[in-house]
Amino acid sequence: MDFSFTDDQLQFRDAVRTLLDDRCPPAAVRSAWTNETGRIEGLWARLADMGVLGLMAPEERGGLGMGEVDLVLLLEEAGRAAVPDPLLEHTAVAIPTLSDAGVCADVVDAAVSGAVTVTVGLADAGPYVLGAEQADHLLLERHASLHLVDAAAATITPVSSVDDSRRLGRVEFALDDAQLVSDDPRARSLAFDRGALGAAAQCVGVAQQLLDVTVAYVAERHQFGRPVGANQAVKHHLANVALAIEFARPMVYEAAWCIATGAEHRSREVSVAKAMASDAVDLACRRALQCHGAIGYTIEYDLQLWLKRGWALAAAWGDSRRHRRRVAAALQLA
Amino acid sequence: MDLTFSAGELAFRDEIRAWLASNLPTEAMASMDTPAGFEQHRAWERVLFDAGWSVPSWPRLFGGRECSLVEWLIFEEEYYASGAPGRVNTNGITLLGPTLFAFGTDEQHERFLPAMASGDEIWAQAWSEPDSGSDLASLSTTAVRDGDHFVVNGQKTWCSRGAWADWIFCIVRTDPGSERHAGLSYLLVPGDAAGLTRRPVGRLDGEPAFAELFFDDCRVHESNLLGGEGDGWSVAMATASSERGLNLRAPGRFLAAADRLAALQRRLAASGAADDELTDQVASAWMKAHAYRWQTYQVASRLQAGGTIGSEASFMKVFWSELDVELHATALRLLGGDGEVVDGPHGRDWMSGYLFALAGPIYAGTNEIQRNIIAERVLGLPRK
Ligand SMILES: Cc1cc2nc3c(=O)[nH]c(=O)nc-3n(C[C@H](O)[C@H](O)[C@H](O)COP(=O)(O)OP(=O)(O)OC[C@H]3O[C@@H](n4cnc5c(N)ncnc54)[C@H](O)[C@@H]3O)c2cc1C
Repeated sequence: MDFSFTDDQLQFRDAVRTLLDDRCPPAAVRSAWTNETGRIEGLWARLADMGVLGLMAPEERGGLGMGEVDLVLLLEEAGRAAVPDPLLEHTAVAIPTLSDAGVCADVVDAAVSGAVTVTVGLADAGPYVLGAEQADHLLLERHASLHLVDAAAATITPVSSVDDSRRLGRVEFALDDAQLVSDDPRARSLAFDRGALGAAAQCVGVAQQLLDVTVAYVAERHQFGRPVGANQAVKHHLANVALAIEFARPMVYEAAWCIATGAEHRSREVSVAKAMASDAVDLACRRALQCHGAIGYTIEYDLQLWLKRGWALAAAWGDSRRHRRRVAAALQLA
Repeated sequence: MDLTFSAGELAFRDEIRAWLASNLPTEAMASMDTPAGFEQHRAWERVLFDAGWSVPSWPRLFGGRECSLVEWLIFEEEYYASGAPGRVNTNGITLLGPTLFAFGTDEQHERFLPAMASGDEIWAQAWSEPDSGSDLASLSTTAVRDGDHFVVNGQKTWCSRGAWADWIFCIVRTDPGSERHAGLSYLLVPGDAAGLTRRPVGRLDGEPAFAELFFDDCRVHESNLLGGEGDGWSVAMATASSERGLNLRAPGRFLAAADRLAALQRRLAASGAADDELTDQVASAWMKAHAYRWQTYQVASRLQAGGTIGSEASFMKVFWSELDVELHATALRLLGGDGEVVDGPHGRDWMSGYLFALAGPIYAGTNEIQRNIIAERVLGLPRK
């Protein structure tokens, strides 16, 4: 039993944090709200250079040949920085799914190098596909099989998200235009678990960021001649957020390990992780807003970037109720 | 990261599981919170001790088997999963024991640890006073030096099983002019000391398991001082961190309760009486027990790698105590009108468990105090 990360894994996380502090500050996220693509200029290429995009691709495809335990910390950082690109879809789901199936090697190569973006749409993950219009390829589900479709061959209808940097699309495609990736239900189930895990990791990152900025704010903001954070009602709100994160986070790490090792209860553990992470980020959003007061309710103030990302991610890849239902089914409670 | 158990850990699990299967008491015991049940549970402690299971993580010298922290967590999982009796000497073994190891002299180790491990001496904690609950540092029981003795005067209260315990660990004020955290000392007092009067007080669950202690010129030898004179607060805080964190309430008991809750839900589902909303609540409570398990293994890994646990213990205290309430409250919701019935084997019915669980957010430092600690010491929010 060793529930810890290696120094290498932690250093990789620190390097990604440094990159995101530099390339993905709130002003950059804000620009993705209004620009053409909903993405951050130059960030994708930098993530490719660092090996993040291809982290899970085999070495012979130019990847790092690593797994979910290595990736989970990086996705937490992506949540913390509110990275708007479809990083989890591309890195945590599309590349390993295509690599496992041993198909579309050219797409994997281009995805690892950052030359293309591959996004994902699975039936259980929600009705919309993130970044569909901006992506080059789409990994989509039809009749429990997985298919790869060129974005140009699909019909994409844009849908507005509460988070304008999340460019959603409703996607239709003809099977004739698609290449079969896998008709093995286990591949579909694994792809879903990978996506739900990635979303859970991002939820924890968003929640931690909301907690950190709110702690800093309430220590600074004064009313009645003292910091508002000296009031017990405020303290307890934030202690509750810290508690929710403290117990969701190990489940996210444990679920990552379960996927990486093909553990018996993998899907159940992923669902525990996503349910707890969704609940944690939802609480963090609401308490962060309350503890900020009206300034948090403005569009100018950056808090809203994380609030909206948090709410979107809490529901993406299955909301907490849906994942609890999966846990209940795994435990044969119903 | 490797979340599998080693061959040694698996063998350890098999060993304790097999031992419990063939050694569990066959007759139900009375509650350990009654005089008769207290003695029945003492006898069970002896059975555990003779087989080397009463204090598995302790040194062999004092009756343990020097198991690792992870093995101890495994022990707790197996212990509670088997339905074994509650541990009547928990306050000794998990609260005072670690404090003795850290602050006791060699003589104190030899004098107290073996008898604690065997259940020959069962301990109670006497910290709270009528006017000092959450604000423990305001306590006023005094212990004034007289040669090689301390003379104790004052009153303690809410002392669990304190009317029958063999020994009592107290915090007292040894510097009469002192205030707050200064001038306190940690004193070990025999239950039959002259000048100590003990009175049982009925608890919410009906058992006479609280005690009020009255010290009236009670003389205690200086060899019973644990840590330095005047160092009582820092010694006490070491006990408190055991109480809040890993030691007092390992995940095992909550995992066992979560499994019983899941079994209850399955029985109802099989008879067609399951309800979507309650099923969701059962899943939610089960998940939290599971999360407490993994959070604990994560903390254990950190401790085994040489890390420490300080104020973070407050996360665990709040979480396990509220989890316990949730598990029992959910079961009572499933039971509906049957929930108020308390005629099961003692302490195994959900209502009795609920009444006990409700004390969790109060003892070991109330959850309001724990949230203050999380906010101020973990998050760094301003005190004033
Ligand atoms: C079942 C049970 C067993 C116990 N066993 C023992 C034992 O063996 N030995 C022992 O010494 N004690 C024992 N206790 C006592 C326990 O330690 C105290 O109850 C606890 O410290 C709280 O003190 P109090 O009851 O005086 O409540 P108070 O301190 O009077 O608190 C009353 C309420 O006010 C709140 N409050 C107080 N101060 C603050 C603050 N600063 N901020 C926010 N809220 C605050 C509390 O959280 C609580 O809700 C036991 C208690 C119970 C219920």
